[in-house]
Amino acid sequence: MNFTQLNLKEKINSYFQTDTRKKLNLFVFLFPATLWLICFFIFPLSIVLVYSFLERGTYGGVSWILTLENYQRLANPIYWTVFFRSLYLAFLTTFACLLVGYPLAFFIVTRPPQWRNILLLLTIIPFWTNFLVRIYAWIVLLRSEGVINIIIQSLGISNEPLELLFNSFAVSVGLIYGYLPFMILPLYSTIEKFNFSLIEASQDLGANDWRTFTRIVLPLTYRGIVAGSLLVFIPAVGEFVTPDILGGAKTLMMGNLVQSQFLAARNWPFGSVLSIVMMAIVLLPIIVYFRISEEK
Amino acid sequence: MTITPTANKKIDLLIRSGGKTMLWLNSIVAFVFLYAPILILIIYSFNQSRSTAVWRGFTLDWYLDLFAGLMGKGSPANTQIWSALGNSIIVGGISTILATMLGTAIGLGMERFRFRGRTILEGLLFLPIIIPDITMGISLLIFFSFIFQLLENITGMRLVLGLPTVIIGHVSFNISYVAVVVRAKIAELDPALEEAASDLGANEWKTFQRITLPLIAPGILSGALLAFTLSLDDFVITFFTNGVGSTTLPVFVYGMIKLSVTPAINAISTIMLLLSIGIVISSLALQQDSNL
Repeated sequence: MNFTQLNLKEKINSYFQTDTRKKLNLFVFLFPATLWLICFFIFPLSIVLVYSFLERGTYGGVSWILTLENYQRLANPIYWTVFFRSLYLAFLTTFACLLVGYPLAFFIVTRPPQWRNILLLLTIIPFWTNFLVRIYAWIVLLRSEGVINIIIQSLGISNEPLELLFNSFAVSVGLIYGYLPFMILPLYSTIEKFNFSLIEASQDLGANDWRTFTRIVLPLTYRGIVAGSLLVFIPAVGEFVTPDILGGAKTLMMGNLVQSQFLAARNWPFGSVLSIVMMAIVLLPIIVYFRISEEK
Repeated sequence: MTITPTANKKIDLLIRSGGKTMLWLNSIVAFVFLYAPILILIIYSFNQSRSTAVWRGFTLDWYLDLFAGLMGKGSPANTQIWSALGNSIIVGGISTILATMLGTAIGLGMERFRFRGRTILEGLLFLPIIIPDITMGISLLIFFSFIFQLLENITGMRLVLGLPTVIIGHVSFNISYVAVVVRAKIAELDPALEEAASDLGANEWKTFQRITLPLIAPGILSGALLAFTLSLDDFVITFFTNGVGSTTLPVFVYGMIKLSVTPAINAISTIMLLLSIGIVISSLALQQDSNL
């Protein structure tokens, strides 16, 4: 290839990479999805924000009078109880998932390759199966005529069926069950990248396994811990299906409150306020997370 | 020194064997915890007893009732469930196609171009994934009722919630998931291949059509599969955007669970479980093929 040919090719290339052409390409790729998300995601969220400052209409809906009343209602301690319960249950779920998920992810990574794939597949399957079906399975187990009570009674441990369903125990179990795979997957991918020769190095230098774990393995895999915890905590705080199906009146979470404002009480403005609070609670840890990881 | 080196060694060995045992024990407990409910659900879909968990013998009645519903026989619930499944498939199919096209395009754009406002767009794509489902659900409910009210006031036309509103909701949350999966595939693409194509005289469009698209096709496919599964699974957003006659399978099952616990739900759940396990395995098989 001689010099002039090369020059010509460069000219052609530069023609196709002119600024307008690039802008046109950019537009074609980015515009459709952006437009969709603005129309059917951002705009709806903005309406929620507007509705939160409006007065409640007579038959559901709103009347267009500005008010701060909906936000003032938040001062009622009844709602604080529900907020704290949601946070408490979400923290509990996150902690329990971490406690079970971390050793499990570590276990899977340290198996021989052919086992690793099978075990990983086994953790992914529940992640892909219907959430509702998985929660329903716990009703089959926990209800008073359910499997666990039948076993307990036939073993003679108790004559009366135990109250296992429609309480915070059932909700916690359901949440942990629902979100455990979300914890395992990021932990697995972090631990998989961990350099295991560091363990040998630490042992050669005389550290025992506990010390090696707390000083080497744990600090080097904390990214997976943070990612997994966020993936569990965020959806758990906003849950409404699990407490709705497995819980009772004393286990209401924020999501249930929002749902009842929209469907039962038909107070859309106050429901909007509640969902804005929920969104803030979810976004806060994420913003903190990104700030911290940017600094590093 | 109060502890001799040999005693230290003993403690270390104790920690090691204890740790190993705990690791095994935890994994066994975790897998039992993950699978026992699912297995019991499947087993009890074959139980004759209608109301309790006492085993009264094997039966296929609950499945036969379900399939009788397909022929239009049996209880109304058993026929309604098939139309709910139909709705789920329509919603899943259409929303997957739309979300895959939009998500792939924006994924390519985000990976390939540097431009002003990229961070904002990054946030816009990220938000539907992290926002609580119920917030998205109620915001769409408010949005549609607002728009429908507006339309009625202007044109006198009365629109109601139905399949189109459900589909719009599903596309909105699926665009981001498709974009994430497609972008991961683009990131692992060797840029030399595209450079080679343009060196050999292919223009941008030809390079895209002949090189980029076939190479990221497996990513697009697994993005579409994820979108389809998420759409079939979605309960919360559908719950707030569906209307009369546009009930999907999860919404229908939710209604059944709220009403009473019957072996029929076990049978439906078992079928849904097997379907999703089938999807996982086929998607993994697809990935294996594309890796070869």
